[in-house]
Amino acid sequence: MARLSEENVRLAKEVIARYPRARSAMIPLLHLAQEQDGYVTNEAMAHIGDLVGATSAEVYGTASFYEMFKFEPVGKYLINICGTMSCALMGAEDLMHHAEHRLGVKLGGTTDDGLFTLERAECQAACTEAPCLQVNYRYRFRVTAADFDALVDDLKAGNLTDEVPAHGIVARVRQQIPVDRGVGAVPPEDVTEAPTWMAEKAAL
Amino acid sequence: MTTTESTPAVVVDPDAVNLTINGRAVVARKGELIIAAADRNGDYIPRFCYHPRMSSVGMCRQCLVEVEGPRGPMMVVSCMTSVSEGQVVRTETDQVKRAQEGMIELLLANHPLDCPVCDKGGECPLQDQAFSHGPGESRFIEEKRHYEKPIAISDLVLLDRERCILCDRCTRFADEVAGDALIHFTSRGNNTQVQTFPDEPFSSYFSGNTVQICPVGALTARPYRFKARPWDLEKTESTCTTCAVGCRITLESSRDELLRYQGVDSDPVNHGWLCDKGRFNFESLKSDARLTNPLVRDGASLVETSWSSALSTAASLITSALRAGNPSRVAVLGGARGTNEDAHAWAKLVDALGIDSVDAQMGDGLPSAVLTYPQATIDDAAHASTVILLSPDLKEELPILYLRLRDASEKKRSRILEFASKGSGLTRYAWKSVPYLPGNQVAVVASTLSEPAVSAQMAKGSVVVVVGRSNLAESDEYNMAALDAVMAAHPGATVLPVLRRGNVRGALSVGLGRRDAVDILTDAANGEIDCLVLVGADPIADCPDSDLARRAFAAIPSIIAIDTFATASSAKATVLLPAAAFGEKDGTTTNLEGRVTRLARKVTVNGTSRPDWMVALELADILGHDLGAASVADVHADLVSSNPAFGPATRVALATHPDGVVLAAPATGATTSFAPPPAEKPGFAHRLVVGRKLYDNGRNVAESPSLARLAPGSALHMHPLDLERLGAPEGASVRVSGDRTSIVMNVVGDESVQRGTVWAAWAQSGANIGELIDATKWVNDVRVESLR
Repeated sequence: MARLSEENVRLAKEVIARYPRARSAMIPLLHLAQEQDGYVTNEAMAHIGDLVGATSAEVYGTASFYEMFKFEPVGKYLINICGTMSCALMGAEDLMHHAEHRLGVKLGGTTDDGLFTLERAECQAACTEAPCLQVNYRYRFRVTAADFDALVDDLKAGNLTDEVPAHGIVARVRQQIPVDRGVGAVPPEDVTEAPTWMAEKAAL
Repeated sequence: MTTTESTPAVVVDPDAVNLTINGRAVVARKGELIIAAADRNGDYIPRFCYHPRMSSVGMCRQCLVEVEGPRGPMMVVSCMTSVSEGQVVRTETDQVKRAQEGMIELLLANHPLDCPVCDKGGECPLQDQAFSHGPGESRFIEEKRHYEKPIAISDLVLLDRERCILCDRCTRFADEVAGDALIHFTSRGNNTQVQTFPDEPFSSYFSGNTVQICPVGALTARPYRFKARPWDLEKTESTCTTCAVGCRITLESSRDELLRYQGVDSDPVNHGWLCDKGRFNFESLKSDARLTNPLVRDGASLVETSWSSALSTAASLITSALRAGNPSRVAVLGGARGTNEDAHAWAKLVDALGIDSVDAQMGDGLPSAVLTYPQATIDDAAHASTVILLSPDLKEELPILYLRLRDASEKKRSRILEFASKGSGLTRYAWKSVPYLPGNQVAVVASTLSEPAVSAQMAKGSVVVVVGRSNLAESDEYNMAALDAVMAAHPGATVLPVLRRGNVRGALSVGLGRRDAVDILTDAANGEIDCLVLVGADPIADCPDSDLARRAFAAIPSIIAIDTFATASSAKATVLLPAAAFGEKDGTTTNLEGRVTRLARKVTVNGTSRPDWMVALELADILGHDLGAASVADVHADLVSSNPAFGPATRVALATHPDGVVLAAPATGATTSFAPPPAEKPGFAHRLVVGRKLYDNGRNVAESPSLARLAPGSALHMHPLDLERLGAPEGASVRVSGDRTSIVMNVVGDESVQRGTVWAAWAQSGANIGELIDATKWVNDVRVESLR
């Protein structure tokens, strides 16, 4: 429950500076907020609105379009089991059933220890490896019930801490774009000439 | 325009586009949308999301039409496609009908069809178009989507998400028109819904418009919910007189009770929009507190009596005051709340009696000399290349003018140069907002205008100066002198005076501004007034110097008041006459730009109330003067023939021009010389700035239950750093002292307040800031002490 921390505000300002319009930084900042608290808090959305010059409602409207942003606390590990065609044919339904029993929560629920949240996902683009799942968006392929149990045990034991960071951390390596390496995007209202490709096309 | 009407127009318009719609040749404007061109040509294309005053989004897909293309006819969305030369458009082919029916079937797939219990039923575009352009039946048998219904998205507006068809009208309005993007689409796909941010309501001053433009019954307004069915409503067009913008509205009533106002699209004025205060204050008309019968004082109480006895008592009070000396012992305040006819009848009466102590403003406006400058209209301001604001916060006082200027800035037509002692609603849209310390306005204006960037901007095109009373705790002469400074720097500028009361311009134009009310009240306090007539005026509540008003009222032996309510002032009357209110009388009104429009009577008067003009005629009669009129039409005819400014506003002209007729330009060039002294810096004190909020404890808000609770209440606003220096936490009680007295208020931090100043809203419940205003001073300073 918090606004962005001082360090994150510094990062946010760096991200905002990469875009000709501050609002364009809204999604990266939402990821930053989710990284900070594990989910996107109302306070963080209001703070982001202040930072990019949008109302809280606009930030919420944008954020809620995306499944990846959570507005309520989720487990440290978010498990998404694919339920689309290939995975469904290869036993995703049974896997889900097993997962519910193993974790002791219904689909969409979070375990009492706050470690696991179980969700169904649409196609994760690994149809050849069905049934598949993701833990905090890290893949597991051709998952059997035994694989699932092993995964849960490993996560609980902390054996996978290097591979799977806590929910909200999209990547451990933060993108750094020095000011002199930015593309130097021009605000749309300042564009006075036709784009260069148009001239090239006309020359053909 | 060089061609006259008699010459046949053989002008080749470079912007003309020729196309064919349903086989008929149509001339459209370059860039015009097909749907708009079809509308003008009488071909109705069904639509839900398209609104001519907002950008097109192509959200509902209902307006599909067939356009002939190189590969045969193709379906295009007519609200997103501009006309082009030689285009062939068909709006009623089988293909188009199939598309329209398909869209209706899809829109109804999740629509609850609870029309019998829906407020919109009977005037619902979805219902109407389901009948006119729908398939008649649905193939959907699945369970519909369910949501909690309805949820309150603000104090005034409720949202039923089941009925919503996601047309983006309300959300677009909130963002594009009102600039309050507090509602937004949330989630995605089948779960898409309109929502506010959690715990942040849609508290826009313009929220009622979303209810009016909602094409289904998803948005309903609390004051009207379940009050009537559309087919029971009788409608008449009129003009809102809540403030001086004069928005066109329809008065809608059922069983002799006003139940709803709707905005009418008047191109020069309101573009169809209304503020919530104007839209919902009809509730006050049926308040139990309305006066119904004449009252005459008997000792401490007011006793009901007949009109004839009340009028003769009133007449005898006036007669004895006149006999006591000369006409200077009688004063008349008010006239700005009624019609032009009310004001004119009273002007004739005071003329007949030779009374000179007459003012329609309560010392809270500007000298009427402001009307002698070259005048601008609202349209002039909204199309000027530079708009200079020497005004109060327009968002709070004249909300629709704020919308028009905001639009001018957002669409890059105008640059706003604001001079303000506190940040206003327009500050974020201003090209340049220059703060000044009250008392230094003139110097700041003069030096800013001499900056090269500013003079270059002003040289670019037309300049309109919007001038009003920006601070009630500061002499009005500063605003006038600042105006003179602008006119001196840019003599070609025109002026839009923004006086606040509904018909203040009409009242001043017919001659109800002869002496400043502050001078009149000062005379009264000195015992020089024997009889005061209040024509819909409440000086105790409205005069910035509360102490002066109180002393004046204590010293006046007889007061005659004509009012709709017993107000702070009228409750002190010797004779209190009930007045017909807005919607209960015919006539005309004049808005702030001098536009005369018609007012309509829609319901019977409350009790035995009479319009102000009638009271003037009757009093004149008893006092032995014939004003030569017996009806409101007579008064209007007399006004048109006797007052050259109203010459163009004839009955015929007003009947044929629903947008009204702008008054003939008043005699300009009258020299005014305002030279208020620059005020010293306040030292250890804070300079006082007093402005208004849209919702206050004025009668028509306080007596409208839906609006009354929106008034913020009294508080002292201070810059957060000043607050920190004071050592008082937010919300703490502080003592605010002027030279006369001190009051206790809660203090809040507010970054729009300048350091060294404090700001308070006028007319809020709680501590009255007027206690600290001395109208004889150029500026007022106060000391603030923490009470801890």
